[in-house]
Amino acid sequence: MKARHLFVGLACAALLGAAALTGVAQAQDKIFVPLFTYRTGPFANSGIPIANGMHDYLTMLNERDGGIGGVKLDVEECETGYDTKKGVECWESIKDKHPTVVNPFSTGITLQLIPKAAVDKIPILSMAYGLSASAVGKDFPWVFNPPATYWDGMSMIIRYIAGKEGGFAKLKGKKIGFIYLDAGYGREPIPLLKDLAKDYGFDVKLYPVAGKEMQDQSSQWLSVRRDRPNWMIMWGWGAMNPTAVKRAAENGYPMDHFIGVWWSGSDDDARGGGTQAKGYLALNFSGLGSNYPAIQDIKKYVVDKGKSQVEKDKFADTFYNRGVFNTAMVAEAIRNAQKITGKKVVDGADVRKGLETLNMTAARWKELGFPDFGTAIHVTCDDHNGHSPAYMQQWDGKEWHRVSDWIEPMKDKVMPLLDAAAADYVKKNAGWPKRSEACAKLP
Amino acid sequence: MHMLYMIFIDPFMQMAQAPDLFAQTLWDGLVAGVLYALIALGFVLIFKASGVFNFAQGIMVVFAALTLVGLHDAGLNAFLALALTIGVMFILAFTVERAVLRPLVNQPDIILFMATFGITYVLIGFGEYVFGGDPKVMPTDAFYLPKGAITYHTLGGMVQFQKLDIAAAIVASIMVAGLAVFFSKTRIGRALRAVADSHEAALSVGISLEQIWVIVWFAAGLVALVTGIFWGARSDVSFALEVIALKALPVLILGGFTSVPGAIVGGLIIGLGEKLFEFYWGPLMGGGTDAWFAYVIALVFLLFRPQGLFGEKIIERI
Repeated sequence: MKARHLFVGLACAALLGAAALTGVAQAQDKIFVPLFTYRTGPFANSGIPIANGMHDYLTMLNERDGGIGGVKLDVEECETGYDTKKGVECWESIKDKHPTVVNPFSTGITLQLIPKAAVDKIPILSMAYGLSASAVGKDFPWVFNPPATYWDGMSMIIRYIAGKEGGFAKLKGKKIGFIYLDAGYGREPIPLLKDLAKDYGFDVKLYPVAGKEMQDQSSQWLSVRRDRPNWMIMWGWGAMNPTAVKRAAENGYPMDHFIGVWWSGSDDDARGGGTQAKGYLALNFSGLGSNYPAIQDIKKYVVDKGKSQVEKDKFADTFYNRGVFNTAMVAEAIRNAQKITGKKVVDGADVRKGLETLNMTAARWKELGFPDFGTAIHVTCDDHNGHSPAYMQQWDGKEWHRVSDWIEPMKDKVMPLLDAAAADYVKKNAGWPKRSEACAKLP
Repeated sequence: MHMLYMIFIDPFMQMAQAPDLFAQTLWDGLVAGVLYALIALGFVLIFKASGVFNFAQGIMVVFAALTLVGLHDAGLNAFLALALTIGVMFILAFTVERAVLRPLVNQPDIILFMATFGITYVLIGFGEYVFGGDPKVMPTDAFYLPKGAITYHTLGGMVQFQKLDIAAAIVASIMVAGLAVFFSKTRIGRALRAVADSHEAALSVGISLEQIWVIVWFAAGLVALVTGIFWGARSDVSFALEVIALKALPVLILGGFTSVPGAIVGGLIIGLGEKLFEFYWGPLMGGGTDAWFAYVIALVFLLFRPQGLFGEKIIERI
């Protein structure tokens, strides 16, 4: 009997060992790219197109090029539901699989993961969201938030408004309303908005929207009617966006004076408002439509072959392309990491170096099959953001159109505040490690 | 002194100076209140019949609305889709009774409450599997739901009534009144009250517990469908609708878990209270008070009437 138990035990151990070895072997001949996504929950309407875009671009690279540098990508989604706790669980579940980079796609999740990044040696790419101060490379060597911070975004919007009003001097005495999701994400740009209000003499009105009020907002828009702001700015997400666009239209707010940040400008956000939403504006830093060779390749190698979850009529919509933009940066960072380390299969520590040398010029975007698709990105050892410009898009009742040139952020205003905020973060988090990582350089 | 002025004088000055905005706030509060009452009613019906707080009511709203839009998007005529959705809600009620409630008869209330968590997650998973997580647009035209607004230039300004809100208020009022009459004046309604008082006593006089539960869950499903149609038309149809069920909690605390009139009055008090407070006192606190003020009203009522406005006072003699 004992011998039988011993035999069974040995057999099980052998099986487990074989499985573990197979896992390592798989991990060693593929580059692991986890995708933190949310296809479920209250924010799924924003999360689904981004998830599809990210997944499909990486799948296209596997199908068309056999991966990156001859190594296949192992793409695995982890559903967060935009829930911070689940996001941390996702991190814990993938951290031992040699992940190259984590894209949390939630400011709340990003804030929780920032302290873990240096410990687990996994870089975080929070593309134009998360903690603005994490752009400071000397304090946050493992966190990257290109192409622009929320503070850059706010400064671009104020610059655009000033342009429409006839100059910054004309902002004096104006009233600017700010409607935002009452969470870490929505509150992030308020310090800069208040600073700019002091500098240019305009008045700020804040309209917070709690998560469970996202689909109502009648109080907020009645307050807008009372306060009569000259311009409205929105930092919304999920169901908040289409509802706000609807309420603004219902209340007769002039839509061409209502501007959303880049996360409030998806097709679904504006579509809900119908023709009444015509004129609504939003920032964008990625391309519109499918008229790019790389996007056509996604269609050819992924969508048409049934390897995508995207609905046909939502292919290449605004947030789908945003997801593509995100993974185009990831792919470029992996290429850089391969060049820097000379390794084919790279891990998080390698890709951190790749991200720190990210330099996606207009020419490079074109080479990748995205001519005039994305804003230029230049990340350095000190600047993990790039503070790239964005453009304004406008809804014509059916689709978005680009209506401005690239709008530069007010770096002179943003950078000192970022440095101060980073220093403050380090001070408040006693024992925050000093940067020990050398600055990466491309050979 | 300034703060006292801003709290006790300024809001009333604003009401007097801009009566159009005051009227608009009252209307918005009224509409919100009726819609909250509708959500609360779904909870009350099930609580009355089984003593269970139905955690799944929010997801039932989503499920009903998604089924309706999904069937319509599949090419069905709007009213055929509506009829089929009603059928689906009946099947859901029947399934819940057979698969969840019947095996748990005579179990403690907490067990049944936890079972409604299970129903919630099954419906989320099933809904996402069938309909996906993408938001859907409620086909308001197909259901002849009115669009646009009626605007009166009056009271020194403008008061605007969204036609959809008027329709929602009318339909919700009819539904609430109809259900109140049905459950208080009909044989089934009396049976429901008997079941609510005591399962054993109801069984002993020949009332079918299973039948009552199916009827009540079906009624709650219909309420969820109407709620989903109007909330979905005001925003969009997505899983985000689930969170609006949270708005019913203070209404239930205020109105009592067992009272249909309580759900109505509670809904109106909460709706009006939170809108007025947010508009006139909210700016003093940085806005966003409608996320929590309803709970303050409910807690104040709890201090004086723990059973709610219309809830039955429970006296237990030892």
